[in-house]
Amino acid sequence: MDALLALIDANKIFNLTTLAHYWDGLLMTVQLVFMSLLIGLIVSVPLAIMRTSKNRLINYPVWLFTYVFRGTPLLIQLYMIYYGVTLINGIQDSVFWVIFERAYYPCLIAFVLNTAAYTTEIFRGAIEATPKGEIEAAKAYGMNWFKRTTRIVLPSAFRRAIPAYSNEVIFMLHASAIASTVTIIDLTGAARDIYARYYAPFESFLFVAAIYLCITFTIIFIFKKLENRLLAHLQPR
Amino acid sequence: MLDLQGYGPSIFSGAIVTIQLAILSVAIAFILGLLGAVAKQSDNRAARTIATLYTTIIRGVPDLVLMMLIFFGGQIAFNSFTEWLYYASDEKIDIFININEFVAGVVTIGFIFGAYMTETFRGAFMAVDHGQIEAGKAYGMTKLQVFKRIMFPQMMRHALPGIGNNWQVLLKTTALVSVIGLADMVRLATEAAKSTGEPFLFFIPVAGVYLALTAITEWGFAVLKKRYSVGTVEA
Repeated sequence: MDALLALIDANKIFNLTTLAHYWDGLLMTVQLVFMSLLIGLIVSVPLAIMRTSKNRLINYPVWLFTYVFRGTPLLIQLYMIYYGVTLINGIQDSVFWVIFERAYYPCLIAFVLNTAAYTTEIFRGAIEATPKGEIEAAKAYGMNWFKRTTRIVLPSAFRRAIPAYSNEVIFMLHASAIASTVTIIDLTGAARDIYARYYAPFESFLFVAAIYLCITFTIIFIFKKLENRLLAHLQPR
Repeated sequence: MLDLQGYGPSIFSGAIVTIQLAILSVAIAFILGLLGAVAKQSDNRAARTIATLYTTIIRGVPDLVLMMLIFFGGQIAFNSFTEWLYYASDEKIDIFININEFVAGVVTIGFIFGAYMTETFRGAFMAVDHGQIEAGKAYGMTKLQVFKRIMFPQMMRHALPGIGNNWQVLLKTTALVSVIGLADMVRLATEAAKSTGEPFLFFIPVAGVYLALTAITEWGFAVLKKRYSVGTVEA
């Protein structure tokens, strides 16, 4: 421990202050990504069900939402919400200003909308891949639409969606780096601060690159375990 | 044309920069992807290791971080290289090159998406029937001929959907160059939005351009798919 502290002391860039800064950045990144994925997931389930509806009035608005949010850069979506929210008449005097004063909530909203659009399409694919026989069997048992959806369609769709969803999780982790462009000090923001302070691009950015790589591998590992468990029936024996 | 309080022409020129950036970087990514995929299939262990490291590391780190590393670090690395060259050549070779944002953007995006293209092409190469390659060899074709005449045309059919996806993601990633200071569509729109205080006026047309580009290229890929699927029967 003393040797470690001595090493940190001898290092100009990675001293305790900057390491603490990186740590705060890590917490911010993890919090942002986790919250946006969680809320996005909750929002996307009803949206995906609507998206698979045969009624155009239900299907079409959701299609438009996913098309627009998947077809434009997340950076633009973030800028629109971050700069746009200040324009709402009287918001600076209302109670909501406490929420929107800092960049965190506009950023969270942009991330949630973006990930919800992608996740909706992932679930739509999984729902549409439900074998017809399963739905017919459920109908033959006299299940109504609600029971069919919650008992048969969704559970198997969730399982089928896992591999694609793991990509979305990694994508979201990487996309979260742009939070640093609206003054949020996430991992990338911390690296930018330390780069600006010491003019040391390699040390500061390679270090966060390594951290991101570790988080990515952890996510991949967790999803591999999850797939082994939940998709065991699809594994080659 | 849209005037946009006088910012219209400037944002239009930004759109041209975005398109140039996307096309040049996808060209680099395409070449790197082919090289990477060939390296991953090769018998040479070093080539395989390098290609695997390349795809794993690039795909595990956010684009923005890599972009900043290459953009901010690239200049320093380049400077110290030219400095070394200056002293190593007894002060004869004295060059100073300023890496501009555009070149840094193209190189970085091309380098990042080369890794994704590698994976796309690797999968597509594996989908080509091995017997065909053997047949080519039996005809006495060289390795390059086998690649050009047999592998590439058939591989493209399998690779097209993946290339299409990569292209769509790449197009949206180009927006990130605005962060490192390149005057693309997004950066110009941001500046206009900040000085006029009307973000929607500028961001909505810019978003519209991205959507239009996505829609046009989607159609383009459908045409290409038809061309490369000649002679195959849809299952």
